[in-house]
Amino acid sequence: MSVLVFAETIKGKFKKATFEAVTYGRKLADALSTDCIALCLGDVTGAEDLGIYGASKILNVKDDALNHFDSQIYTSVIAQVAGQTSSDVIVLSHSANGKSLIGRLSVKMNAGSVSGVNALPNVDGSFSVSKGVFSGKAFATYEIITAQKVISLMGNSFGVQELGSAGTVETISADVPASRLTVTEVQVSEGTVPLPEAELVVSAGRGMKGPENWGIIEEMADILGATTACSRPVADSDWRPHHEHVGQTGIAIRPNLYIAIGISGAIQHLAGVNNSKVIVVINKDPEAPFFKAATYGIVGDLFDVVPRLNDALRKFKAEA
Amino acid sequence: MKFLVCISKTPETTAKIGFTNDNKEFDTNGVQFIMNPYDEWYALVRALELKEKLGGEVVAINVGPASNDIIIRKALAIGADKAIRVNAEPESAFAVAKYISDHAKSENYDIIFTGKETIDYNGSEVPGMIAEFLDLPFISYASKLELEGSSASIERDIEGGVEGIKLDTPFVLSAAKGLAEQRIPNMRGIMMAKRKPLEVVEPAVVEEPVSIASFELPEKKEGVKMVDPENMEELVRLLHEEAKVI
Ligand SMILES: Cc1cc2nc3c(=O)[nH]c(=O)nc-3n(C[C@H](O)[C@H](O)[C@H](O)COP(=O)(O)OP(=O)(O)OC[C@H]3O[C@@H](n4cnc5c(N)ncnc54)[C@H](O)[C@@H]3O)c2cc1C
Repeated sequence: MSVLVFAETIKGKFKKATFEAVTYGRKLADALSTDCIALCLGDVTGAEDLGIYGASKILNVKDDALNHFDSQIYTSVIAQVAGQTSSDVIVLSHSANGKSLIGRLSVKMNAGSVSGVNALPNVDGSFSVSKGVFSGKAFATYEIITAQKVISLMGNSFGVQELGSAGTVETISADVPASRLTVTEVQVSEGTVPLPEAELVVSAGRGMKGPENWGIIEEMADILGATTACSRPVADSDWRPHHEHVGQTGIAIRPNLYIAIGISGAIQHLAGVNNSKVIVVINKDPEAPFFKAATYGIVGDLFDVVPRLNDALRKFKAEA
Repeated sequence: MKFLVCISKTPETTAKIGFTNDNKEFDTNGVQFIMNPYDEWYALVRALELKEKLGGEVVAINVGPASNDIIIRKALAIGADKAIRVNAEPESAFAVAKYISDHAKSENYDIIFTGKETIDYNGSEVPGMIAEFLDLPFISYASKLELEGSSASIERDIEGGVEGIKLDTPFVLSAAKGLAEQRIPNMRGIMMAKRKPLEVVEPAVVEEPVSIASFELPEKKEGVKMVDPENMEELVRLLHEEAKVI
């Protein structure tokens, strides 16, 4: 009755969200007095490190067909390994791939599923677990009644912890069905942390007046090592790429720090960001609705305030 | 070509969310409902565009009570040819997907479209479940879809980038921003929708593997601390010493 964590990779590399899922899987396994097994698929590098985050066993199924993501064959292989290891709970990251897998695994294994969970389940007696609903406006506790369960962990909701030491990777075999699709390319921007994983986010809105003014935003992100985001009209006007769009119809994020610059704080924008731990709002309008959701507020013209904040941050970083 | 578009009913985006019955039920009092934006703006419209180009039929399907007919009529007004409502009010994505699959399994749809998630329960589970019930490939978060004959080229959003995929129909796809542009129904569409077929089917009820035990509203923020715009050193100090985020 182990906990099986699908240790996701992109181009063979692990992401922070994977380490978080392993940490979570380990804590859940502890609560259930069982093992936490991490499973990686295809050619991967650095799988030993999954032990550091709490995996007591690290398994790898290798097959050329697993070097690209296909929800159908991944589901088949994960379900087989769950069977081989008598795993009752499958933990995924609530990532693009995790979201492709959770529904399939639920059907394949006849397991109840809850996607985007944000805390450990309550496991005495029943199995109930909380997740965000209504796009950040509320939480719901779900109860799973089936013997087997599949859950996906919302990024940045649990944190990465070092709970052990590097382990050894065991290669195991499984039947890998033929894939019915071809992945023609995988394009990911190197160097920057993707938004759903980012701990620090600098975001700007229509108050910026135009795309030519984004230099000060990128500068702040550079100083902090933060990822940039934007409001919807900014992405709609192609001032910024659409993968930066956060909110109800964009990406929902929960970083440690969200700095909102020249964004009014419309309810649909807040829906995607109001679970951030700390929110800083810079806006020239003291009545901007965003201030109601903010931890720290600055009323002022962003074109004065942001360069001054950048100077202060640079000074802080130089002294740190 | 035959396309199925799964549409869901969700609270309008500015709706105030509250609960009744000891926080066990969503309070629908005074809440306006709309078609889930991803289903309407991207999934439905892309299916219609492909039908307009390649010929065929677009069928909209919803699992829900008779009060959902209003959003189903909207899908017909935007351009779907006919609609099906499975008369049930399930609590789990599993049951929704099972009912849709039960309908779809004998219909030979070329593509089954859904939105990338609903804005109420934020599940992203239904399309993958349909794909597994029907043993079909599934592409999530598609932001681009081109179809030539039976071969599709797709781009899907992944963390910090995109993935390009080629495959043949049939398959299941969930729609993200970029796939199409919202269409507003015109008067003629609204009139025609009244005469288009809306079939109601009674499902073979399935057991639900999960249920919602209770809801909770987020804790109220403590109230904003205002910082002097002339003193950004103070903000940096607060972020470092008080909030401990930098
Ligand atoms: C169904 C639906 C879904 C939506 N989904 C989303 C979503 O996912 N994400 C999203 O962001 N929006 C979404 N919206 C749009 C949302 O309602 C707002 O229109 C949008 O968030 C506003 O963007 P903004 O704050 O950048 O622009 P504005 O509302 O125009 O605000 C600009 C702000 O900048 C301030 N400002 C201007 N100049 C300066 C200056 N020099 N210095 C300092 N401050 C300045 C102004 O005071 C103002 O508060 C959605 C809307 C609908 C109807």
